[in-house]
Amino acid sequence: MNQYIGKAMPRYDAQGHVTGKVRYVDDIKVPGMKCVKVLRSPVHKGVIKNLDFSKAMTVPGVVGFVTAQDIPGKNAYGRFQDMPVLAPENRVRYRGEPIAAVVAADEDTALEALSLVSLDIEEQTPVFDMFEAMKPDAPLVRHDSKSNVWVHYPPDITEVTMVKGRVDEGMAQADQVIHGRYSTGVQDHAPMETNVSVAYRDEMDRLVIHTVSQTIYAHLGMLCAILAMPMSQIRYIGGRVGGAFGGKNDIHTDHIAALAVLKFGHPVKYRLSREEDLQFTTKRGAFVLDFKTGVKNDGRLTACRIDIWHDTGAYAGMSPYGLEKCAMFAPGPYDFPHVKVTARTIFTNRPISSSMRGFSVINGQIASEIHMNRVAEALGMDPWELRFANAWRDGDQGVTGYKVRGAGALEAMKKAAELAGIKLPDKLMSMSSRGRQAS
Amino acid sequence: MTHILSFQLNGAPVQALVKPSDSLLDVLREKLDVTSPKRGCDSGDCGACTVLLDGTAVRACLTCALTVEGKQVVTVEGLSREGELQPLQEAFMAHGGSQCGFCTSGMLVSATALLAKNPHPQRQEIAQEMSGNLCRCGCYEEITQAILDTARKGE
Repeated sequence: MNQYIGKAMPRYDAQGHVTGKVRYVDDIKVPGMKCVKVLRSPVHKGVIKNLDFSKAMTVPGVVGFVTAQDIPGKNAYGRFQDMPVLAPENRVRYRGEPIAAVVAADEDTALEALSLVSLDIEEQTPVFDMFEAMKPDAPLVRHDSKSNVWVHYPPDITEVTMVKGRVDEGMAQADQVIHGRYSTGVQDHAPMETNVSVAYRDEMDRLVIHTVSQTIYAHLGMLCAILAMPMSQIRYIGGRVGGAFGGKNDIHTDHIAALAVLKFGHPVKYRLSREEDLQFTTKRGAFVLDFKTGVKNDGRLTACRIDIWHDTGAYAGMSPYGLEKCAMFAPGPYDFPHVKVTARTIFTNRPISSSMRGFSVINGQIASEIHMNRVAEALGMDPWELRFANAWRDGDQGVTGYKVRGAGALEAMKKAAELAGIKLPDKLMSMSSRGRQAS
Repeated sequence: MTHILSFQLNGAPVQALVKPSDSLLDVLREKLDVTSPKRGCDSGDCGACTVLLDGTAVRACLTCALTVEGKQVVTVEGLSREGELQPLQEAFMAHGGSQCGFCTSGMLVSATALLAKNPHPQRQEIAQEMSGNLCRCGCYEEITQAILDTARKGE
C-alpha cells in the first residue's frame, strides 16, 4: 500500500485522454445510423390544437415522427416521476418542452423536416415569478394541480419545516434582530460534452443505449418504465462522460432515442447542440432566502428564522430533494439555540430545475454567510469574531436534532485566514472545535 | 455538389468528398473518423476542436474544409510518434491535466502550438495563449503546471 498512500497517481484513463483514444458517446458510429431531432414548444404555456407532419414527411430522407402516442409505457420519468418524455395531453408548460421527435437521414434533413411541421398552439398565460405563482388567482402551471406549490408530503403538505427549540423565545432574548433577503439565480452546468445518445437493436434484438448519464442505474429503471421493457432487454452502456456536474442526473436524450429505435428500427444518434443543451436541459434553480437572526450585543446568536422559496420551473426534477438539503444546511455551521426553517418548491413556466453541484446546499450557504456579515456589521463586530464565537463545537445540535461530531469550522477558518495572510487575534486562534469551554 | 479534398493528416495523405458547407471538424469526425477533436460548441467558443493547420492552432469547427486543400493538419492522434508519448502528454498525465478528458485534445494541441512559438512561456503568457480553450472540470492550474513543467524539462 505504501506505494500509493501519499503519492499522486495518474488517472486510470489519463493515457486515453492525452492520446485522443477515449471514445465518448458522440464518437460512436453505427452503420445505418439516423439522426434524431426534437420539435419543441415555441411558447411558455399552451395547448396544442393541431400537429401535422404531412409536409415534413415529404422531405427526402425523413423516416418519420415519434409522439407521446408511441410511448409503450409511462410518459413520465425523473426522481418524482413528474417529467413527461413528450408533451402529454397536448399540453406544454415551458418554452422548449419536447413535443415530437423526427428521425431522418442526417441533421440537415431533420432540421428541414422540423421547420415544415405545422404546429398550431393556443397560447395560455404563463407565470414566471414564484411570488406571483403563489397568489390564489395565479394561472396554474399544472392544470391538474390545486396550486403552483409542490406537495412535499402527500396528501397536502407543501412546506418543508425544520424546527429546533422555540424561535419566539430566542428572538425575545435577543438584543437585536437582523433581517436580510437574498436571491440566487439560474445556472447551467455547461459540461464540455453536450447531452447525446446512440441507440440501436443488437443481434439478440436487445435495445442498446450508449448514454452520458451520471445516474445510470436510476435511469435504467426509468427507461424500463417508459419503454415497458424488462432490464434484461436493455443494454445501457455508460461510464464515459464528458463532464456533467449534476446536469446528467436527469435523462435528456436517452428516452427519445430509444423510442425512435423502437418505432422505426434504425440505429439513431440524438445529440443536443450547444444551444439546445443550454436552453432545454435542467438547471440549478433560482432561490429566494429570507433570514431573521436574533443576536445578543456580545455576539452570541439566540435564534434564527429562515424562509426559503425555490423555483423549480415547470416540473419537479430533483428540486424538492435539493430543497430539503438547502433547508437543513441553511442555518450554516453555527450554534443557534432556537431555529426554524420553512421551505417550499414552486412551479413556474420556466425550464426545469434539478440538481447541480452542491445540490442546493450552497444556495443556503451563500445567503447564510452574507447574512452573518450583515449581523456583524449591525453589531459593529469583526465578522471573524462573530463566526468564531458561534461556530459549531462537537456536541452542538443542528436544526434536525443531529449532534455535531468532528466539527471543523474553526480550524477551517484559521487555515483560510492563514492562507489569505490575515492575522487573527490570539483569542480566536486559541479556540477549538473540540469544545466551547476550551475557548 | 461535392468536391474531392486532399490534405496531409498527421503526416499521411488523405482524401474526402466534401460539401462547400462542411467544416474541417465535420470532415475529420464524420468522414475520416478522427474523433479526438470534439464538438463542444460548434461556434468557436470552447476550443475542444483545436487542431494544427500548417503548425498554427485553429478551431476546426470554424475552418471551412475546402480551405485546407494541400495543407498539413495535425490532431492529438498525430502528436505521439511510434507509440511514444510526447513530454507534454506525459506532463498532462503527471499533473492531472484532465478530469473528464473532453477538452484535453484541444488543450494539448493549443499547448503544442504555444510551446513551438514560445518554448519558455511565463504563467501570464500561458493564460493568454490558452484562453480560447475551456475546461469545465477546472483543470486550468494543472494544465498550466504541465506546460511549465514541459518547458522546464525542454531546457
